[in-house]
Amino acid sequence: MIHFVLLISRQGKVRLTKWYSPYSQKERTKVIRELGGVILNRGPKLCNFVDWRGFKVVYKRYASLYFCMCIDQDDNELEVLEIIHHFVEILDRYFGSVCELDLIFNFHKAYYILDELLLAGELQESSKKTVARLIAAQDSLVETAKEQASSISNIIAQATK
Amino acid sequence: MSGPSLMDSLFQRTLEDLIKGLRQQLIGEQAFISKALEEIRKEIKSTDLSTKSTALLKLCYLSNLHFHDMSFAAFHALEVLSSPRFSHKKIAYHAISLSFHDSTPVLLLITNHLRKDLTSTNEFEVSLSLQCLSRIANVDLARDLTPEVFTLLSSNKLYVRKRAVAVVLRVFEKYPDSVRVCFKRLVENLENYDPQILSAVVGVFSELACKDPRSYLPLAPEFYKILVDSKSNWISIKVLKIFAKLAPLEPRLANRVVEPICDLMRKTGAKSLLFECVRTVVTSFSEYESAVRLAVGKIREFMVDEDPNLKYLGLHALSIVASKHLWVVSENKEVVIKSLSDPDPNIKIESLRLVMAMVSEHNVAEISKVLVNYALKSDPLFCNEILGSILSTCSRNVYEIIVDFDWYVSLLGEMSRIPHCQMGEEIENQLVDIGLRVKDVRLELVRVARDLLIDPALLGNSFLHRVLSAAAWVSGEYVEFSRNPLELMEALLQPRTSLLPPSIMAIYIQSAFKVLVFCLHTCFVRGGSTAGVSASASYESFDDLSVENGAGSTVAHGQTCTSAPITNESIVNLLKLVELALSPLLGSHDVEVQERARNLLGFVDLIKLEALNSSGQEENDSEQKGVEATKIIRLVHDAFSKELGPVSLSAQGKVPVPDGLTLNENLGDLETICSDIELPSSNTFSFGYPFEEKDVSSFSNLQIKEDSGQSNESTSLLAEHRKRHGLYYLPSGKSEVISNDYPPANDPALQGDNNDTASDLVKLTAESLVPKRKPNHSKPRPVVVKLDEADEKPVAVKHPESRDDSLSGAVRDILFGSEDILPTSSRSNLPSSNRKGKEKQHMITQVESKENVVGDGNSSSRRRKDHSHGKERRHRKKNAEERNETDRKEKESSSNHPRRQKSRQRAEEPLKVPPQTSVIPDFLL
Repeated sequence: MIHFVLLISRQGKVRLTKWYSPYSQKERTKVIRELGGVILNRGPKLCNFVDWRGFKVVYKRYASLYFCMCIDQDDNELEVLEIIHHFVEILDRYFGSVCELDLIFNFHKAYYILDELLLAGELQESSKKTVARLIAAQDSLVETAKEQASSISNIIAQATK
Repeated sequence: MSGPSLMDSLFQRTLEDLIKGLRQQLIGEQAFISKALEEIRKEIKSTDLSTKSTALLKLCYLSNLHFHDMSFAAFHALEVLSSPRFSHKKIAYHAISLSFHDSTPVLLLITNHLRKDLTSTNEFEVSLSLQCLSRIANVDLARDLTPEVFTLLSSNKLYVRKRAVAVVLRVFEKYPDSVRVCFKRLVENLENYDPQILSAVVGVFSELACKDPRSYLPLAPEFYKILVDSKSNWISIKVLKIFAKLAPLEPRLANRVVEPICDLMRKTGAKSLLFECVRTVVTSFSEYESAVRLAVGKIREFMVDEDPNLKYLGLHALSIVASKHLWVVSENKEVVIKSLSDPDPNIKIESLRLVMAMVSEHNVAEISKVLVNYALKSDPLFCNEILGSILSTCSRNVYEIIVDFDWYVSLLGEMSRIPHCQMGEEIENQLVDIGLRVKDVRLELVRVARDLLIDPALLGNSFLHRVLSAAAWVSGEYVEFSRNPLELMEALLQPRTSLLPPSIMAIYIQSAFKVLVFCLHTCFVRGGSTAGVSASASYESFDDLSVENGAGSTVAHGQTCTSAPITNESIVNLLKLVELALSPLLGSHDVEVQERARNLLGFVDLIKLEALNSSGQEENDSEQKGVEATKIIRLVHDAFSKELGPVSLSAQGKVPVPDGLTLNENLGDLETICSDIELPSSNTFSFGYPFEEKDVSSFSNLQIKEDSGQSNESTSLLAEHRKRHGLYYLPSGKSEVISNDYPPANDPALQGDNNDTASDLVKLTAESLVPKRKPNHSKPRPVVVKLDEADEKPVAVKHPESRDDSLSGAVRDILFGSEDILPTSSRSNLPSSNRKGKEKQHMITQVESKENVVGDGNSSSRRRKDHSHGKERRHRKKNAEERNETDRKEKESSSNHPRRQKSRQRAEEPLKVPPQTSVIPDFLL
């Protein structure tokens, strides 16, 4: 299974973290610092796998972002590379040629997409189209709710009640 | 009251504002964040849910990417969760799954929220709460929500169902009893035709099978069907994982599965699936020759691929094969050795592992030599990787593959001189260990130790201190092999030893003590007749040396570094040297150093007077006065000449505790007091029984061989040091050596380039292929002292986790029937016919119940199919006895109908298998 997903920028800034196994806040910072050091220092033409504390970390660089996933020793590295690519393609489709800024300003959306893709550390949905459809449906649900909430009359009604 | 709330909601910073502000960093990141946190703390208390949820979202952002604690908002997250709006719920769930853990106090309050959402009609809400449950589930939550999850497992919304399936894994883990409720439904989902659901179920089973494969053997037919039918690579990979776990448990299953896997391997174009096939074959089907050959072919393709990923995986797979089929590695050794100089450290390490797998007792010397040369050229990290693997390979099973220990010991010396070497501790252990175990090598060992000790440059490298401590110990313990104890003494007491840490300093002093006693003993007790033994040897060697050294050195070496026979004069000098070197240490802050220095000086004081007298006065005088001193020397020498033997790790445990002795009483707090005192490393070797009483003279007939170059070099090093820092040395009364500069330590340029070494290695490893060509060693392998059982490290018995136990227990109960709760071992005691009948019956009931459930919920065509399947099965069972082996051919011809084939085989199987051997009930029928 996938233990966690990390997105780290080339400068070492964290852009997304998702933990499927229990890690305390302290451990999380430590893990990120450690892995950031290892992965960012690897050259461009090396293999995408790193052995780390008895786990394997599969990473891939897209533009300025490193996508990392930590898996068990006997998991399939190539499969995870495909999952990463899958995730990137879905992000790309959703944001329209995604860039780092999209993920910075819509960090919660990136999470929602990841949640559709992975659940409990396993791949949930292997169809890009389906994920896009599901996300769109949820977005519209959120939008309608927001419209209601943000109308001035609503705010005033709430404030004065 | 309502004012601030309105103001808050109108002028609240949104998440975007927060991010923008953070990026602009007008007031610095930390200041901005703490200001934002302050705002959030205020906003999150607001009664307006929109304000609250925005605050929560911002907090999530800060917690997630800037790692700020958000546990204070746990209760507020729950409040937001109660909102009827989907957008709020989403934020709340996100926050909860991000921040909650098992000890979050408000975790108790979430159960009802989750339950409500799990039963919601909005599938997205259900999905959110499932997601959250998968992350935060603990025992209570898992127990309380099992019914809801159970219902969702057969939900007709596929989206919800597949998520429920994935969550079941976590629920099982936390609350094994839920298996009794949910397992059957989970198994039913195995027959689902939707690939997404199938993928989820197979994923769950592959995780479950990792922990306890045996419990899932009964489901093998279902997995087999999926393996053969599956069109999705995601699913195939997971099923292969399951079979990799199941196949070793059940040879019949392996027989059946190996062919489809090979098919898959031939046909598939996806590298990930291909690799999974390869890995499955090499891990679990290694006895199927043809399958392994096929896999090896694919591995070779991987290894020569441009893509470093495939290359790495190829090497990795090869190292899995290596344990069982070493020929595969030898076949591919060119590639392996080429990868040793790959730019990628991961690939290098894998290939190093493979090279070490090829090492045998015939080629160990050559391979090690080449690898050490590699190590010289590599970066520090890989260098130590190489050294570490050489050390561990050579020391495996008490130096099993080492024949020539003289070589190995000098290799250890050579390795410790490699500039990046950080394996000091391991080398230390091995030097001492070999010294204790192999008697014949001690001569060489002392020589190596001397070369290490005498080189003042080595003292500056803190990684080498451990090696030096071993060298010091060895030369003190086996000083009788030393050619020149006086020189050794100087090395042990040289000024630069002050660079050593105190614990090693103490070992140095103790060794100096031993050497001193030895010198005195040779001089006074054994008298002039035998005193020349060691010295004369060094005389000879020195003649050789000076010859070899040629005309370059102007000063006659013969005079300098030989002690000559240990004379009274040299003893006096020695005593002076000891006093001079050690008196400053009397004020040392380290207890160990101080105490040992005091010991040694005390000893010197005791005998100094008489030794001095004896040198200054006439013979007959000294004889009288020397009696006392001689007595002391003999006494101490006897104490040191008892040999240390290796002691098994468990030796202490074998000593029975006498009655009435309570060991722990009042000693409990001693540990805390003593914990910060670092013990010298020699303490790890305890005194064993002496093998025999030894007289030094027994070694006099040992053949002493000379390795001239090495000793010359290091002698000159010391001499050079003495020249530069002559102030600190005692006048030895002998002329000094003038020699060349420091020789270049290990000049990488001398070692030849990569390709040469690579081709060397290829040539060498070819030898490992030659079937057991017994080399005629010049001398037989020396005896290596082994302890009976203690050299195997005490195996820590790992108790399986109780939770896993209960989980697999529950699974077994479900699969094997809850009325049949006998453990499998006791089952075999039952009369076999009885057992079989029972199982079969049980199988049928299971099949029927399955049909019922499926029939209830699904289309009529599906039902018909299942019915016919069931009927067929029953029909076949009746005819089973009449079938015989000839069916096999037919079966093979019909391999394109896996379902038919399977059911037929099911009927056949019981006839072929002798019932008393199989403990596993045959669910493959």
